[in-house]
Amino acid sequence: MMKGSLKSAMEEIASAIKANKDYLTDLDREIGDADHGINMARGFDAVMAKLNSAEPADLSSGLRQVALTLISTVGGASGPLYGTAFLRAGKTVRQGDMLNPKLALSMFRAAVDGVEERGKAEEGDKTMVDALEPAYRAFEDTLKSGGDFPECLEAARDAAKKGVEYTKTIPAKKGRASYLGERSIGHQDPGATSVWIILNALLQYAQKIHKEQ
Amino acid sequence: MVGLVIVSHSEKIAEGVRDLAKQIAGEAVRIEAAGGVADHKIGTDALRIEHAIRLADTGDGAVVLLDLGSAVLSTETALEFLDDARRGRVLIADAPLVEGTMTAAICASTGASLKEVVSAAKEACNANKL
Repeated sequence: MMKGSLKSAMEEIASAIKANKDYLTDLDREIGDADHGINMARGFDAVMAKLNSAEPADLSSGLRQVALTLISTVGGASGPLYGTAFLRAGKTVRQGDMLNPKLALSMFRAAVDGVEERGKAEEGDKTMVDALEPAYRAFEDTLKSGGDFPECLEAARDAAKKGVEYTKTIPAKKGRASYLGERSIGHQDPGATSVWIILNALLQYAQKIHKEQ
Repeated sequence: MVGLVIVSHSEKIAEGVRDLAKQIAGEAVRIEAAGGVADHKIGTDALRIEHAIRLADTGDGAVVLLDLGSAVLSTETALEFLDDARRGRVLIADAPLVEGTMTAAICASTGASLKEVVSAAKEACNANKL
């Protein structure tokens, strides 16, 4: 069992997204509609406002709240995609469950499945999935070889970063960038990039709570 | 009677298409507009769509007509919030928004089934203007 709370984890994510707002928007300007950073920052601001107004009863209902808030405030495709990720992660948590690495693994899987199903995307399409799938595999491998929670997240974060680099080498097959076809090669995917930023924020959170134990 | 939900990135488009369809098919058909996001901004909101589906479906089901891109994503997300029974009687029409809504509304006004209404919408894909 680990200390910490959903609220402090989300705080870490929200401040990382805010710090990278212009970066994400600039990436999106190259191959999209120049709003990814703005949309994500608005969404996570709303999430923090929600969590600050009333601390959720447990992890499961808290994740549902995060999902609903993202869905109704992010706009564009990222709202339903990230919303579905948090919603599905929340559905794998039973009432009263506390976060542990094994539970985190099944939450992670459910979130990735949700994004793939919702976006009808797979690896190689130049989307969030190109960061999520390798990150999930790295998390799983590290957990299996006895890694603790921060080690699992560090491996996941590093794999996501590699996935982000990979998106520069391929043409987009989904979303607005797909209209650019081969011209999207050379640009990194903003969605994959925000996945990497979120995993890095979760790593910071995990390292903090790990130290406190 | 089968109801309709109009999903557009623009609140005004959704409301305009709804008004036009009501003019053509009459007031009896439930047609709900679910356009835009909070503060009248452009975008689609799954929770707004979910609410519209609940209003449009009075037991015989509802057909969702939509515009572009993430309208599909948001509508499919909305479906995730419905219970299995209701989700089973909501269909997304693979049809042009304006023409599809008109043919679907007219078909629904005759008391047609869910399947008939969704295929009426789809037939609008073949409608030539000239």
